[in-house]
Amino acid sequence: MQEYPDLELPDNPKLALNITHFARALRRAGMPVGTGRIIDAVRAVAAAGFTSRTDFYWTLHAACVTRPEHRIVFAQIFRLYWRDPRFLEHMMATLLPAMRGLNEDRTAQAAEKRAAEALLDGAEAPTREMPEDDGDALIEIDASATQSARERLRSLDFEQMGAAEIAEARRMLAQLTLPVAPLPSRRMGADARGRVLDGARTMRLAMRRGGEITQIARRAPRRKPPDLVVLCDISGSMSQYSRMVLHFVHAVANTRAASGAGARGGWGQVHAFTFGTRLSNITRHLATRDVDAALAAAGREVQDWEGGTRIGDSIAAFNRDWSRRVLGQGALVLLITDGLDRGAPDALASQIQRLHLLSRRLVWLNPLLRWDGFAPKAQGIAAMLPHVDAVLPCHSVATLADLADVLASSKGTGEKARLMRAR
Amino acid sequence: MTQIGDIGDVQTMLAGEGYVCGRALATALFLALRLGRPLFLEGEPGTGKTEIAKAVAAALGRRLIRLQCYEGLDASSAVAEWNFAAQMIAIRAAEAGGTAGGKPDSAALKDHLFTDEFLIERPLLQAMRPQPGGPPVLLIDEMDRTDAPFEAFLLEALSDYQVTIPELGTIAAAEPPIVILTSNRTREVHDALKRRCLYAWVDYPDFEREAQILAARAPELPDQLSREVVAFVQALRTEDLFKKPGVAETIDWAKCLLALDAVALSPQVIADTLGALLKYQDDIARLNGSEAARILERARSAIAAE
Repeated sequence: MQEYPDLELPDNPKLALNITHFARALRRAGMPVGTGRIIDAVRAVAAAGFTSRTDFYWTLHAACVTRPEHRIVFAQIFRLYWRDPRFLEHMMATLLPAMRGLNEDRTAQAAEKRAAEALLDGAEAPTREMPEDDGDALIEIDASATQSARERLRSLDFEQMGAAEIAEARRMLAQLTLPVAPLPSRRMGADARGRVLDGARTMRLAMRRGGEITQIARRAPRRKPPDLVVLCDISGSMSQYSRMVLHFVHAVANTRAASGAGARGGWGQVHAFTFGTRLSNITRHLATRDVDAALAAAGREVQDWEGGTRIGDSIAAFNRDWSRRVLGQGALVLLITDGLDRGAPDALASQIQRLHLLSRRLVWLNPLLRWDGFAPKAQGIAAMLPHVDAVLPCHSVATLADLADVLASSKGTGEKARLMRAR
Repeated sequence: MTQIGDIGDVQTMLAGEGYVCGRALATALFLALRLGRPLFLEGEPGTGKTEIAKAVAAALGRRLIRLQCYEGLDASSAVAEWNFAAQMIAIRAAEAGGTAGGKPDSAALKDHLFTDEFLIERPLLQAMRPQPGGPPVLLIDEMDRTDAPFEAFLLEALSDYQVTIPELGTIAAAEPPIVILTSNRTREVHDALKRRCLYAWVDYPDFEREAQILAARAPELPDQLSREVVAFVQALRTEDLFKKPGVAETIDWAKCLLALDAVALSPQVIADTLGALLKYQDDIARLNGSEAARILERARSAIAAE
């Protein structure tokens, strides 16, 4: 076996080890900190010296953080790790309520929980020493079990999930994309097969050849990503589903930047609103890259989590105050509600009709469709049904993934036809 | 040309052009003129955003250059375009001449083809050129109708007052134009563009100001009827309507009433002319006879209360 020379690391194994553990905690919190980065970090600390806490913070920051959204995670882990060790016990205590219910999610400071989880895992890590041979076998079994667990989780109802399953489902939702066909725009772009003559570019090309026109440049209409508007019901009957859908919406809203405006599957502007007894715009909060922070900020903004619901009034408020501002560019509207409205069905029907007329496509996600043979007997549902383009369930990861298929073709109507017959 | 020393001067200057303007808007405009920054006006349709640019241009004796935005507006329609047909003819002519007098000098041809002779100037470039009477007023109207790529394109023009044409290079304005942008807010304009501008929200005017506007714009209207019209429109704006009537609608309606020789408002007259005020069938249907009478009653009592 080949011998590797020792890396030239400073003779302070304790600090180097600590930095390594710290970096591993960062990795567990989801930051891409590889071994190379750890070596960099140790070297950086050696170069910068270990004098003041601020310098130390920024030295490690420079070595470990590569994306702006990781800064907050880094800050939290740094705060927890390089502190009085007893602080960990305290953190352990704050972690416990997380098991009790998901509502604590919103009260916990952003990224703090993830940071604490990552650190506590690290504290346990050294005790979990196992023989290498067994380790291999274990990993194999583990992997297959995870796979089937993920499969099961895909079709499991959000309301039947435990805290750990919810967390896993969120991770799956974060990876879902919502590919959508781009719309033709009125802006023209260079296109060799276009139908419109591009005089200026033809001339520019000719000038490179001394005025000889060898090639006619053409233009064709470009395509643009459509806008998405999400209207999410957060009343009591919807709470678990709307939380999950908001995770999904956050993922959709933030993949836009990654995929680029021209890429297929990207969305243009994504606007999100929540409603219960009143309408709130949470678009700005969703722009925060950290999903915990985004939903926490949205939660602070929104007054009526899990209160009653007035769908008709909320849609009317949207139509009056926001429709002209966000639906102007051919936006697709996702309406997420169970349709159990206590208001007058006529008013609801006329508001939904207006919403339908204003949007390019109106897609209704209704978690009640999780029951086979669900029939729209409730007044509100019967009033809304004729005015939407498609009705789909949204109670599991798999159903949200299916949404992409309906959006990909302009013909898909989901379960609308069946529900209209059952009415 | 009026000398502008303070905010009051702006109000006086615009009043001279029949534009009655509130203190907030006058302040924003004063700062835009003083600091040489673009002014971004946002507000409901029909609140006089476009009119302010016209009034400023007329009052200062400057040329008004208007760029109407639409989806797909590109650099060739906004800045400048080469006259392709004329360039082609010039090339053919050079070729024809070239066969007689030797090879055409391609560098000279290139210099000749990309000169002002073949350049069709569009609003943004015109605004950078010196104009008689001083730097022009550049009105970029209904920004929300165009798309994000054009906004990005505007950043250079608005922050440095210069435009770039690939063949000619960068053309900077000797004296920055007065730039006024308007938006009806059918879409949020990007923060990067707003950041470069002074922002003003143009709201519906209050009773006194709307009465002044109506007096300036429809002076033939009898005083009593004018007050009733304004009070009725003001009362109408407090109703739950899909689209509230703007100032432009008030003026239109006043002119309709003049054309019909109406001397006072009555539910019948209102019902006949409501189309000048409300443009949505739902809103018009809401205001059937009794509802219009109720609002008219409220308007009259508001006048009496003064």
